[in-house]
Amino acid sequence: MARFTFRGGIHPYEGKELSKDKPIRLYEEPKGDLVYPLSQHIGAPASAIVEKGDHVLIGQKIAEAGGFVSSPIYATVSGTVKAIEPRRVITGDNVMSIVIENDGQYESVEFSQPKAVEVLLKEEIINLIKEGGVVGMGGAGFPTHVKLSPKEPDKIDYVIANCSECEPYLTSDYRKMIEEPEKLVEGLSIILRLFDNARGILAVEDNKPDCIQILKKTVKDLNLERISVVSLKTKYPQGAERQLIFATTGRAINSSMLPADAGCVVNNVDTVISVYNAVKLGRPLMHRIVTVTGDCIKDPVNFKVRIGTSYAELIDEAGGFVKEPEKIVSGGPMMGFAIFDTNVPCTKTSSALLCLSHDDVSHANETACINCGRCVEVCPGRVVPSRLADYAQHKDKEAFEKANGMECCECGCCSYICPAKRQLTQSIKSMRRMILADRKKK
Amino acid sequence: MKDMMQVSSNPHVRSRVTTSMIMYSVVIALLPATVFGIIQFGWYAALIIAVTVGTAVLTEHLFCLISKKPSTVKDGSAMVTGLLLALNLPPHIPVWIAIFGAVFAIVVVKLLFGGLGQNFMNPALGARCFLVISFAKYMTNFDCDAFTGPTPLALLKDGECVNVFNMVLGKTGGTIGETSVIAIVLGACFLIWLGVIDLRIPGMYILSFAVFVVIFGQNGLVPYLTGSSSSFFNLTYLCAQLSGGGLMLGAFFMATDYTTRPITKKGQYLYGILLGILTGLFRIFGPGAEGVSYAIILGNLVVPLIEKFTMPKAFGKGGEKA
Repeated sequence: MARFTFRGGIHPYEGKELSKDKPIRLYEEPKGDLVYPLSQHIGAPASAIVEKGDHVLIGQKIAEAGGFVSSPIYATVSGTVKAIEPRRVITGDNVMSIVIENDGQYESVEFSQPKAVEVLLKEEIINLIKEGGVVGMGGAGFPTHVKLSPKEPDKIDYVIANCSECEPYLTSDYRKMIEEPEKLVEGLSIILRLFDNARGILAVEDNKPDCIQILKKTVKDLNLERISVVSLKTKYPQGAERQLIFATTGRAINSSMLPADAGCVVNNVDTVISVYNAVKLGRPLMHRIVTVTGDCIKDPVNFKVRIGTSYAELIDEAGGFVKEPEKIVSGGPMMGFAIFDTNVPCTKTSSALLCLSHDDVSHANETACINCGRCVEVCPGRVVPSRLADYAQHKDKEAFEKANGMECCECGCCSYICPAKRQLTQSIKSMRRMILADRKKK
Repeated sequence: MKDMMQVSSNPHVRSRVTTSMIMYSVVIALLPATVFGIIQFGWYAALIIAVTVGTAVLTEHLFCLISKKPSTVKDGSAMVTGLLLALNLPPHIPVWIAIFGAVFAIVVVKLLFGGLGQNFMNPALGARCFLVISFAKYMTNFDCDAFTGPTPLALLKDGECVNVFNMVLGKTGGTIGETSVIAIVLGACFLIWLGVIDLRIPGMYILSFAVFVVIFGQNGLVPYLTGSSSSFFNLTYLCAQLSGGGLMLGAFFMATDYTTRPITKKGQYLYGILLGILTGLFRIFGPGAEGVSYAIILGNLVVPLIEKFTMPKAFGKGGEKA
């Protein structure tokens, strides 16, 4: 039973009006080198199949999946492989990357047109998705073909397209829904072919009534009876996987379960459209939409970007800065990564580049916890963040796990709401990393 | 553009609400009761309020200086403690007792236990109870120019009649800030509107106390059944119990003190009920007419236990619906 909402959550300033009405603009000709980190998904890094000096074409596979939970990478320009070396990525790490010097010719390989979707076998669909290099483009980057291969596909009741885009400032999914609703809906119906007993749900927050209307119309026009549009309450983190499943189906999973355990598969808008491109058109994942926004950007915009393009170029293309930025975030303000250098590549999971003239975090003055309980009120994981942060600071792993610390989804609501400006999410996050590392060792 | 940007862990945006904003909103919410107290009891009450607040703030500042820590007076919590303590003092208390109480509240109850957020007992109430025990003569004498003789609650205890209308307005004897139900509720509404407090604790507190009074109070069910009363319900008595003494001030401003109430939702309901029962016990079966201060302080001590048993279930483990 759909509940349309969940307990907890917050309503931060949305900031979507900055870029909401800007149509997707193709940033076609990157000036600098293109950088492809071999690890831009969860799982084993891809392994390079080109060498320094090789000439590559658009759509040529340059790295193949390094295992089952992995994903191949394709060139997005034609040019020469300049180097295969560690390059800095958004997290600040140096990751082994293929660097391609753009020859400016934009020569492409011939893409072979796959068979009609209706005659494709399930394995063939999964294989096309796998070979298309499709990963979860909402941020986590989990390889989509793995997600779509649960142990018992017949037990999947719902395939949910996550159209909520609950992160403030982000409008890339919104623009996709407005501009390419058929691709989204058809992509979802392709995924539904894998699950005979499933219904498709397009889950949209109710702050996007135009999307709801357009998607409903598209579903009706295409006469797809298995797909419905569900309007959810606008609240962050409505798009968090567990909260989304609960809001749309009333089923709840905890951190040790997979969506498939509740009979659900969840995919983000851009991922579903990439599935469409891979299966219907035979095109691998080469582009993504990046919202370049924030109060420092002269002309906030939604770019369609060749993966591998440097962020710095996107800022210039958006008119540069009108104010000195204090903080630049790759992704949304709630879960994105703050970057100290804009010369990092756009990857499969880059959703936005947010340039803020005021960094709330560095100006905030952390004071003592007054036990106000606001973090408890807003926590979608229904834990007690202030206590978990205390356990984390005391490095008390036992108490932390006993108090359900592992159920935290790191959404950031507690840090956002805390009047004492404590770094709750950060403390809990580090503790979770330590415990997960311990578990791996065992 | 700078060479390096600010980096930090997510989230990168923060709400505007800060601890000091919360504290100052409590001060504002206490203003109606404060102003009413000054109008009713005169300039001496204003002096007591000023001295108590001033001493509380100054004590915290000096303590921070002596212990070589950054001063924490700007967060406004010392001001709240001072004001709450002043509102809980009789209008004609000697100034030195007020000063003594403020120092005790800040140093002994709050700072020695670690300062803001660490005290296990409400500092204002802790100090009030300390003063009641140490200076009973001054602390229980509510005589002033406007009102002499026992407070309405004391009259009730002796089975005498009171004017409930005057009690709701606040035109009775009592401590500086507790008398006017209207002024207190006005301030409480402001805090509820701001989202600083909610009705969970005050609601359960007042409700459970009312139930207790209906059952055990004068003309209540139990006296009726045992034959010591001829009627089983007395509305005037109930209303007088609800508007008398420190119940309203305690329920809305002291029982809701963040630091000393349970952080869990279920725990807050439970805590409210516990306070209602304790207050009823002290008022009806205890030797004195009042009971709110002791009830809340005793409740404070049980908070860790309440929290232990009311920890919420996590999402996906049964907690998603509650």
